[in-house]
Amino acid sequence: MMQKSVAVVGAAETTKMGKIPDVSVIGLHADAALNALADAGLKPTDIDGVACAGISPVELAQYLGITPTYADGTSVGGCSFMLHVRHAAAAINAGLCTTVLITHGESGRSRVGAGGFGRAPSSLMGQFEMPYGVTAPPTMFTIPVLRYMKTYGVTEEDLANVAVIQREWAAKNPRASYRDPITIDDVLNSDMIAWPFRKLMCCLVTDGGGALILTSAERAKDFPQKPVYVLGTGESVETPLVSQMEDFTTSKAFRVSGKKAFDEAGISHGDVDHLMIYDAFAHLPLYGLEDLGFCKPGEAKDFINGRNTAIGGKLPLNTNGGGLSYMHSGMYGMYALQESVRQMRGIAPAQVDGAKISVCHGVGGMFAASGTVIFTNEA
Amino acid sequence: MPPRILPEPTPETQHFWDGTRNGELLLQRCKETGEAYFPPRPFAPKTGSRNVEVFKASGRATLYSYVINHRPRPDMGTEPYAIAVVQLEEGPRMMTNIVGCPQTPEALVLDMPLEVVFEKMSDTITLPFFQPAKG
Repeated sequence: MMQKSVAVVGAAETTKMGKIPDVSVIGLHADAALNALADAGLKPTDIDGVACAGISPVELAQYLGITPTYADGTSVGGCSFMLHVRHAAAAINAGLCTTVLITHGESGRSRVGAGGFGRAPSSLMGQFEMPYGVTAPPTMFTIPVLRYMKTYGVTEEDLANVAVIQREWAAKNPRASYRDPITIDDVLNSDMIAWPFRKLMCCLVTDGGGALILTSAERAKDFPQKPVYVLGTGESVETPLVSQMEDFTTSKAFRVSGKKAFDEAGISHGDVDHLMIYDAFAHLPLYGLEDLGFCKPGEAKDFINGRNTAIGGKLPLNTNGGGLSYMHSGMYGMYALQESVRQMRGIAPAQVDGAKISVCHGVGGMFAASGTVIFTNEA
Repeated sequence: MPPRILPEPTPETQHFWDGTRNGELLLQRCKETGEAYFPPRPFAPKTGSRNVEVFKASGRATLYSYVINHRPRPDMGTEPYAIAVVQLEEGPRMMTNIVGCPQTPEALVLDMPLEVVFEKMSDTITLPFFQPAKG
């Protein structure tokens, strides 16, 4: 991808977040889309490219009254939107379309117009994982962790501290679902979900959505908001079955996606001012810091315990509070992207002063897929 | 308690489920590289070779990782249970349940030796579980 050839010119979340029992899934997509269109000063008919996950881009286009020349239905879980950004940048550069709308909406809590989590009993997951009592992500995404903990001497306290520090960030975000301070003891005394995971090590279950609008850097200058340029992108996938991950202490999809994005961006880790790592569970930031190369294997716990990712630290991480405290409707990647864009625009509630480069890293499924987008606010 | 969620074999996996019903854990391997793989498919991953064979695994394994689910799925009863991934002696890993021992962190120690046991769940489906190795 050509660096800074494409920019985000519209970005918004749904009007409400958290518990929204009066809006269906497609309604959340549309609400976020209308907010992002207003942010960019556009109307639906100005859009000629659509991308979404969860629902089909056909549904989205028809619902909003868009006739696109580009449609991307990539649906690989919570990082789908990172892949949508990557594909949109390529599509705009290739002349397939000029202005792409990417939406997310999910009634994760209220389940209004939402499908189920079930898998066909003849699928690989249905045959080789479901029979053993897995339920949803809390009993699947968590399975690699004991191996990681044994390999690197990571403790339950280390996992708990990830949630504690992210709650400190959430306290600065008025829209965060949970803002009250918590301690390591609070986390370790919260309900047992799937040992060693306690409730406060698991993400929220909420309703909400978000949308992004991308166009060429050349056109971006004429929009009302400060353009946020796409500097580099990466993506990869590994396995639909968490039990078949190559190595339980590291995500191959993370490593491949992250390296590709850093290579495209032409930056080193020291250039990064702000970082988002999709945190469906407390171990994700540990894996992410290591697999993206910010820490050596096994050293992420000390990096976090040393408050390097906390307020005032050298690498502010998950500054909205993350999926653990801000919100998590099911496919959280869109909210991580929104926070990166806010940080690059300089309008985040917990703004990192002078931040010029933000890395936004997502996961899809249970370590199944990954997408990375590196943004900058410098043209 | 609702009936346990069971697999529905496909043509590519039928031999595996026939095997468990007969008390055998069947894996596959590439006849060119000798590398064993799982789950079943009629070709070897990475090389793409269709020159593969089914063979009987030893049933020996070690405990690679697990969680203990404290919010049991309705068909799994009411007590917490471990959902485990075991490292098979032949190389592949598979998800399973650990039986014949308490479902606690104290009883379930990573890398402990395990052996396969088979439990009939229906006329067509027998699930492979693992228990602490005897001797």
